[in-house]
Amino acid sequence: MIVSIEDIQKELIDEFSMFEDWEERYQYMIDLGKDLPLIDDQYKTDSNIIKGCQSKVWVHAEMKDDKLVFTADSDAIITKGIIAILIRVFSNQHPKDIINAETDFIDKIGLKEHLSPTRANGLVSMVKQLKLYAIAYQTQLKS
Amino acid sequence: MFNVENIRKDFPILSRKVNGKPLVYFDNAATSQTPKQVIDVIVDYYSNYNANIHRGVHALSQEATDKYEEARKKIQTHFNAKFAHEIIFTSGTTHGINLVANGFSTILKKGDDIIVSALEHHSNIVPWQMLCERSGATLKVIPMNLEGELVMGEYDKLLSKNTKLVFVNHISNALGTINPIEYIIEKAHEVGAAVLVDGAQACPHLKPDVQALDVDFYVASAHKMCGPTGEGMLYGKESWLNKLPPYQGGGEMIAEVTFEKTTYAELPHKFEAGTPNICGGIAFGAAIDYMNAIGFDEIAKYESELLEYATKKLLDIEDLKIYGTSKHKTSVISFNLEGIHPYDVGAILDKLGIAVRTGHHCAQPIMDYFKIPGTVRASFAFYNTKTEIDTLVEGVKKAKMMLA
Repeated sequence: MIVSIEDIQKELIDEFSMFEDWEERYQYMIDLGKDLPLIDDQYKTDSNIIKGCQSKVWVHAEMKDDKLVFTADSDAIITKGIIAILIRVFSNQHPKDIINAETDFIDKIGLKEHLSPTRANGLVSMVKQLKLYAIAYQTQLKS
Repeated sequence: MFNVENIRKDFPILSRKVNGKPLVYFDNAATSQTPKQVIDVIVDYYSNYNANIHRGVHALSQEATDKYEEARKKIQTHFNAKFAHEIIFTSGTTHGINLVANGFSTILKKGDDIIVSALEHHSNIVPWQMLCERSGATLKVIPMNLEGELVMGEYDKLLSKNTKLVFVNHISNALGTINPIEYIIEKAHEVGAAVLVDGAQACPHLKPDVQALDVDFYVASAHKMCGPTGEGMLYGKESWLNKLPPYQGGGEMIAEVTFEKTTYAELPHKFEAGTPNICGGIAFGAAIDYMNAIGFDEIAKYESELLEYATKKLLDIEDLKIYGTSKHKTSVISFNLEGIHPYDVGAILDKLGIAVRTGHHCAQPIMDYFKIPGTVRASFAFYNTKTEIDTLVEGVKKAKMMLA
């Protein structure tokens, strides 16, 4: 039984609510970034780069059984931490659930500032890209 | 007498807080802050004499026209142009560059060369690439060295009788290098080429004299010199402006219109189609007054003190590298912490209320040259203080500690 996207989001909101200030929150994201499993070098291709990021972000997706698994990397550590959070939420889930998932947890864990397009770190692009992968694989499953 | 504490009182924004911390604004090369003397002029315009210019017979229109043309004269005097009609109001530097590029598309032909520098902002590369595509001319690039200076020996080699245009920024936005434009202009003129200088980064720090420089075109933006956004100026020698065709068609720029033929208005109106940013032009004039009242000599002296202080303090941080180390530079420091992405440093500094720019600064070729994804850029203005620099240095140390 896999943990649902909703439950993982709740867990994250709980974890982040314990931090007293931005510093603890950022330090946690930086640590998450450092712990993010490395993406296989063969997937760090130009076609896997997400556009709209000031730092480089690579995302690779593949189906394992009926679940979609994401691996990713970035050259900036805070961005990597953000990806780690997104992967924890969306990876290893059914494409349909990824497509239907709400994303307001981003706001609730205090990362709203990273949603602003001026930040150009592409959190918005990243979420969009993960969902696009899910849509693509969902279409394949149906056909 | 230059007194930074008094000057800071003129800028309402400098007393606000960001993320709970007092704002430290070090993104002046992107846009400068606005003193209340300029804000007052904007409020006064919309409160008392907002009207369209150059056509109404009524009093408000007359008043607005007078103030707008007065601003043009202020800009003329500031840049020491020979005539007021050599000053064209634009929406900013990019507009001015495109206006000239468009004009040259009717003059250039296949086999002609355009020379640009390796230190250019994207806005000063793309219009020329487009122009080359349209006209069949070739784009050549003056290379830079490791200090971030243009190599004049290479420039000399690029010049030939085919050179029609040379485009260079007065000061690099990414590195702060002051380019030897006097030499560049003189050499270009020897082969009969025209020169456009992008003064966007220079005008906040110094007072160019377009006649002494003998430059053919010079462009600037108001928002980098304490004025409003969406406003700027193009200086062009009268002979050149008469030669270039109009950029946009519309009202204001015509003398007579029939369906067979339109005759264009005289300078400067030929290049000012449509209703301009009237308030912006007037506020630009006020910004120039404000900066001149402080004095550009005082500004330069104080800013170089800030630059020297910040350079020394930042270099005390281990593994910090500064890009752009020319002896001739303005108060801009582009740097990186070894092994740390500039974006990460910028994100942490923001949390501390410190505004810097991170990224490639619209100058990707420079970043490619140094083989880096970008830099953190701190750019200082005359209203910044050494205490603020101390805050930056502490912030960078903190970022390093958190990110390493």
